[in-house]
Amino acid sequence: MANDTPTRWDRKMQQRLVRGEAAALGELYDRFGPLVHSLAHRALGGAGGSFGEDPVDRVTKDVFAQLWEHPEAYDPRHGPLRSWLADATRQAAERRLRSRQSGSPPRTPLEAERAEQKVRAASAAARADYIVGSMPASLRAALELAYFQRQDYRQAARRLGVTEDEARRRLRLGLQLLSTAVPEGPAAPPRRDGAPGQRR
Amino acid sequence: MSGRESAPPGSGAEWEDHRVLKSLLGAWALAACSAEESAAVEAHLLRCAPCADEAHRLREAVGLLHPEDNLDLDPTLRSRVLESCLDRRAPRVPVPEWATPYDAETSRLDALLRDMAEDEWRAPVRLRWFDARGSGRGRVEERETSVARVIGHLLAVDGIVAAALGLPDPLGLPDPLGLPADAGGPVARTEAYWRTLAREPGPREVRDLWREQTHATVRTASFAASEGPDEAAETAERPVSYGGFTLPLRDAFLDRAFECWTHAADIAEAVAYPYDPPSSAHLARLVDLAARQLPATIAVRRREGLAAPPRLAPADAPGRTLHLEVEGSGGGDWYIPLDSPQAAVSHHEHVAHVALDGLEFCQLAAGHVQPEDAAAGQDGDREAIRDVLFAAASLSRL
Repeated sequence: MANDTPTRWDRKMQQRLVRGEAAALGELYDRFGPLVHSLAHRALGGAGGSFGEDPVDRVTKDVFAQLWEHPEAYDPRHGPLRSWLADATRQAAERRLRSRQSGSPPRTPLEAERAEQKVRAASAAARADYIVGSMPASLRAALELAYFQRQDYRQAARRLGVTEDEARRRLRLGLQLLSTAVPEGPAAPPRRDGAPGQRR
Repeated sequence: MSGRESAPPGSGAEWEDHRVLKSLLGAWALAACSAEESAAVEAHLLRCAPCADEAHRLREAVGLLHPEDNLDLDPTLRSRVLESCLDRRAPRVPVPEWATPYDAETSRLDALLRDMAEDEWRAPVRLRWFDARGSGRGRVEERETSVARVIGHLLAVDGIVAAALGLPDPLGLPDPLGLPADAGGPVARTEAYWRTLAREPGPREVRDLWREQTHATVRTASFAASEGPDEAAETAERPVSYGGFTLPLRDAFLDRAFECWTHAADIAEAVAYPYDPPSSAHLARLVDLAARQLPATIAVRRREGLAAPPRLAPADAPGRTLHLEVEGSGGGDWYIPLDSPQAAVSHHEHVAHVALDGLEFCQLAAGHVQPEDAAAGQDGDREAIRDVLFAAASLSRL
């Protein structure tokens, strides 16, 4: 998962982009290309496969071009570049999904509802990535241990060198933050199923 | 965040239960608590609406967690993204055309290193090069080393170019050989660098040093070349001394791009990753550099008694010429003067014709194939063909 962003790097990068340094653009892509591409892929997930240029590539291009054309639109004082790019990717993907729908408008209310659900789910997924990327590293590490490494909270506490109370608190707080990605109203379907349970 | 603190029903004991079980909701949603705790939470949820509500939201949040997508990023996407950006807003400080293959190749190697797991850094890497003085007519030599040392090798030799641009010596050594940075050739610098390593350098450490330097060289060259037309020409032609020979900066950048690709492919082979050749536009420039170096290399080999003596042509007549035809990606035609690097070449009359694939030619120039074994179509003067193929292999170094 994401590292905490060195804001000095962000500031210098923004200045170099303003200056019109093509070499900076390459460095920017090398650092954030994989992030933008994977967010775009996830946001457009299952919706790709149209003819012509890969929509994920298209979104990736648009996001970098947006920053290169208007580097002053990113203000380092307002947050890390990583978050700005993640947000720009989400918006670009959303625009893309909507414009695709306007290309072939839904024929029935059910189709319209499904299409809207898709946009909402994609946008929740991208927001979730954004939240995970910008939450405090201590919370992210706890989620990482519990979810990806399948540790229970006691093992996680030991690994993190904190009390069990603290491990429980971090897991709950991390998920609470993440849950703000889900819009109110008809909920996006969870992407992973399986009932919660216990582990020994 | 935990704003829904409406009082649960019941006694003080139940309130205590509520407090404890509520704190478990995150662990419960992630299936990261014991069976007993899980059962207790679930029993509680039936009685406590605020907790049930939160439990539902947290479960939904778990659904949004996912492993970081580890998609193989299409290596051509970088150039397409950069191109579309530069089309929309022209750069004030462009990357000189001759530096773009280096920029692209270093980026590809960096992406490979980023994808490699910690233990893959310990994979043994096989380096090969052609030793002209090896047994008989020369042979492909081999040496096994580590990924970190290969990156150290690139760092040390790239340092020659960095120094030519006025950047500090990357080895952090004031003077590794008791000579100025540019006096030590590539091999000497690499050996010196490896000797200074008391231990195997950490993957992160050496990758960061190397990457920082590649960024700094591209950046510095870009600024130097964008000050004006005269400065652009001066920068491109600035001599870079490799010890035994000198290249203009524009060619030194191509040379470094070629070596970066060669060693990236060595590393990829060691860890069984696929690794594509450079884009065909870049490959064409790398092939061109190697082809342009052939006449001088033949002359050097001749002085060392490794190539056939020249045939003197009458004054003003073109000397003997070999037609080198490179096919496929990055291909083209080159006419190699055989008797003297300065001799005029004839595009119509040549004593021999060699045809080979662009990638095969690069393999030969990288010293990965024995010249006699190169898959090349040959026609004409056998001695001339032999001299050109051996000269191509002699371009390789460690």
